[in-house]
Amino acid sequence: MMLKAKSKTGLVFFPAFDWAIDPSHPEREERLLYTQDQIFEEGLMDIEGIQEFKPDLVTDQDIQRVHFCVPDEPTVTTSSHYVSAGGAKTMARELMEGRIEKGFALVRPPGHHAMRVVHGGRGFCNINIEAIMVEYLRTHWGVKRIAIVDTDCHHGDGTQDIYWHDPDVLFISLHQDGRTLYPGSGFMEELGGPNAAGYTVNIPLPPHTSEEGYLYTVENAVLPILDDFKPDLIINSAGQDNHYTDPITNMNFTAQGYARLTELLNPHIAVLEGGYSIEAALPYVNAGIILAMAGLDYSHVLEPDYNPAVLKESKDTLQYIHKVCDRVMDQWNRRGPELSQKVFGKKEFHERSRSIMYDTDGIYEGQKEILRSCTDCAGSFRIESKSDRGWRIIGVHIPVNACPACKAQGEDWYEKASGADKAYLQDRSRDLYLKKS
Amino acid sequence: MIIGLDVGGTHTDVVLLGPEGVLARTKEVTDQENLVDTVLRGVDGVLGDIDPGKVSRVVLSTTLTTNSVIRNTLTPVGMVVAAGPGMDPKLHTIGPSFHVVKGALDHRGAEIAALDKEAVKKAFALIREKGIRAVGLVTKFSVRNPSHEEAMEKAARGLFDSVFCGHRLSGVLNFPRRVASCWLNAGVHDAFSSFSQAVKEAFQARGIIAPVHILKADGGTFSLDAALECPGETVLSGPSASVMGAIPHAPSAKDVLVLDIGGTTTDMAVLIDKVPVLEPLGAEVGGVKTLFRALKSVSIGLGGDSVLHVAGKELHIGPDRKGPALCLGGPLPTPTDAMAVLGLFEGGDRAAALKGMEVLGRDLGMEAEAASCFVLKSLCEKIRDAAFAMVAGINGRPVYTLHEMLEGYVVKPEALLVMGGPAAVLAPGLGEVCGLESRAVPDWGVANAIGAALARTTCAVTVLADTQRGFVRAPEEAYSAEAPVAFNMADAIALAEKLVREKALRLGADAKGLEVEVLESQEFSMMRGYRRAGRNIRVRAQVKPGLIRNGGIA
Repeated sequence: MMLKAKSKTGLVFFPAFDWAIDPSHPEREERLLYTQDQIFEEGLMDIEGIQEFKPDLVTDQDIQRVHFCVPDEPTVTTSSHYVSAGGAKTMARELMEGRIEKGFALVRPPGHHAMRVVHGGRGFCNINIEAIMVEYLRTHWGVKRIAIVDTDCHHGDGTQDIYWHDPDVLFISLHQDGRTLYPGSGFMEELGGPNAAGYTVNIPLPPHTSEEGYLYTVENAVLPILDDFKPDLIINSAGQDNHYTDPITNMNFTAQGYARLTELLNPHIAVLEGGYSIEAALPYVNAGIILAMAGLDYSHVLEPDYNPAVLKESKDTLQYIHKVCDRVMDQWNRRGPELSQKVFGKKEFHERSRSIMYDTDGIYEGQKEILRSCTDCAGSFRIESKSDRGWRIIGVHIPVNACPACKAQGEDWYEKASGADKAYLQDRSRDLYLKKS
Repeated sequence: MIIGLDVGGTHTDVVLLGPEGVLARTKEVTDQENLVDTVLRGVDGVLGDIDPGKVSRVVLSTTLTTNSVIRNTLTPVGMVVAAGPGMDPKLHTIGPSFHVVKGALDHRGAEIAALDKEAVKKAFALIREKGIRAVGLVTKFSVRNPSHEEAMEKAARGLFDSVFCGHRLSGVLNFPRRVASCWLNAGVHDAFSSFSQAVKEAFQARGIIAPVHILKADGGTFSLDAALECPGETVLSGPSASVMGAIPHAPSAKDVLVLDIGGTTTDMAVLIDKVPVLEPLGAEVGGVKTLFRALKSVSIGLGGDSVLHVAGKELHIGPDRKGPALCLGGPLPTPTDAMAVLGLFEGGDRAAALKGMEVLGRDLGMEAEAASCFVLKSLCEKIRDAAFAMVAGINGRPVYTLHEMLEGYVVKPEALLVMGGPAAVLAPGLGEVCGLESRAVPDWGVANAIGAALARTTCAVTVLADTQRGFVRAPEEAYSAEAPVAFNMADAIALAEKLVREKALRLGADAKGLEVEVLESQEFSMMRGYRRAGRNIRVRAQVKPGLIRNGGIA
């Protein structure tokens, strides 16, 4: 019997069997070992229409489209980061060149906690592998509207930060409520910046959410929002730590749930994020996701101890989830200038200050940001950042579709930047990255 | 003296080798219905008056297995499989009586669900009711824990003529391939066993007492007796004979492309320092993907008899063959006609070739000679593109460590070795379009038989140690022992080397000069909580394909 994938599906599998944050860290050599065993034993790569690709390495230029790395890219990364971001980029290229219809970058280390400014590692992430892929897609392939749906159990605060001001990249994060889990953010009130109010959508789910509640959220919030937004591409930050066996979270999601989620979301590209139940969850979740992407039957992909009756949410939990979805939809329907004015007021420039902690590398960062309010483009902004490692930098961002006024403002900010160790200009309109000391 | 036979689809090439080289050769027509007779004719043809007692080794390739798969003449096989979580095992249905029973093991070989022995018994009864005398028994992850397959094997004893288990045929993970390979082993066993018996008897009758070896898909050999345990390994032994035959002529320490240009197809392979590149998982034959180790070989539809035609000013070569060249009485022009026009092929009707190339040339806006040159150049370019694409494919194979990603070996062909009918004519042109040193393999007509004659015995063994669960296993070799907490990589490597050496000797290798090497070695600390619960060690060792000697050939 010849098995054939319904959608041509590409896979980059890069388990980095010789890389760890440290020997006992969840992000260690062993993490994808049993996943490899399962997908190899299933013979998934032999199925007609499923093809495995060797990852590319990203370049410093790829990283510079997204980040201000302090002081530079090699200092805050390891070669493993270049490969994992490269794996995502490989899937994007294969998709755009038409060799595949779906792609899954099953790579480590992850990236969704990496923000625009990078002083080091936070939440096991140093550079944001989805954002690097998205900026590659915008620059090399001219893709206009992209939706990133982050289904990792932890709030994708890094991706949120990077697309905070950008209404062309919709960011939706479903995660365990920030009051109960790292990084302690991702509340509904975090809805995007003044130029993109409503285009960051946070859906905090209560602990113990299982198949019914999670899939309800996808069908009643995520999918309607995607229908409205009409993205050219859908990217899934496919963290697998909502699983009922995950050691560092409190959710009750399952391999069947993940496969169904993938089928519903139907992303063009999925990128692995977290997921640390390396034996009891990952082998089954990944097999389920690959089969779902390829359009094949996944009904036999069940954890050895799968018992949906035990995992099921209480009535109260389900009712709470329904309310969250209603509020999310209500806020989404009010997105745009009016919501912006209500939340941020009407100003020529918007300023904000915040502090950011890097739990993985133990760094504390203070940031001041100024944004030009704009209705013609995503708006240029300037970030002043200092870390307790002693760095003071200024980073200026000019957006992809910058209007002349924002362009001029960005260039002026960069020219006048002084008093810092380094200043960077990330001019996305010209795909240019400049730095001065 | 050694006798090498390459039993091909149409012809069988045979050589008798002495220490100084080829002593005798012959080419016989292959009788697919009576391969034993073909083999004997070949042996008689090279031996003549020579005392058969002086023959120290006989190696033959055979089309038996490949043809059985392609012609679908395998003995019916009943399959009993157990799978557990993952894809629906029914998707891998093969053979006329396929049964899925309950029972499951996980990736570390732990039992998830007990084997349903009653269901196994019932399946056996149903298989027997159909008059089927061979069974294949396969479970998912049996290479991590063969106990379910072993239990089924025990229950099958006495009920069937041949019983094959998945864990014995390879240590590589891939359940669907394990199912197909096991089915193939069981299905070809009868035919192979008759062939083997007939060859043995016929050789004895002729006074040949030397050990008889069969060539495998990986370019290595094993004894006739060993072949009975895993007859599927003899698939595609023909193509591997040619590649092995190129080795004496390959320069050392270089990456070499081997191009075997036949009438209809060109077969391509890569040698790295005289060692052929292997397929990552195994041979694929007639659409059946297996775990039988095989040389990496790509076949493209371009050869001396490929049909030439022009469509929209563009020259097309192949992939069809519509008979021989015009100059040999065929219906349509071919590259062989282009050679005939240019005086590079003699023994045909040049006038017929010229006429055909004039017509073709008109469509291309060229004289016959110019068109002929153009055809040969285009043929070389197409072969080059396919060969370079194959190399890119090998270099593009996924890797799973940073070390391999950043420092992995990159194949860069430095020379071409050309075999087959048009080898001498095309070798210079191929060298030119590839920008590489290029030569025709001397005496290519018997290189395949020489390759078979000189191929060494090969094998591989996978060792898995899990010190948390407290075992070290090599299911292929039916090896299982307790692993102490201190069991480490050095222990695993020593064990793998010992097992692979013993296996090679059992398969018929010569102890003298037997070299084993470690193919892969991985060790993982299994952390549970913040402490190390044990080590997970995986080692794969092999005897790599190569020749027992180069002597007297190159």
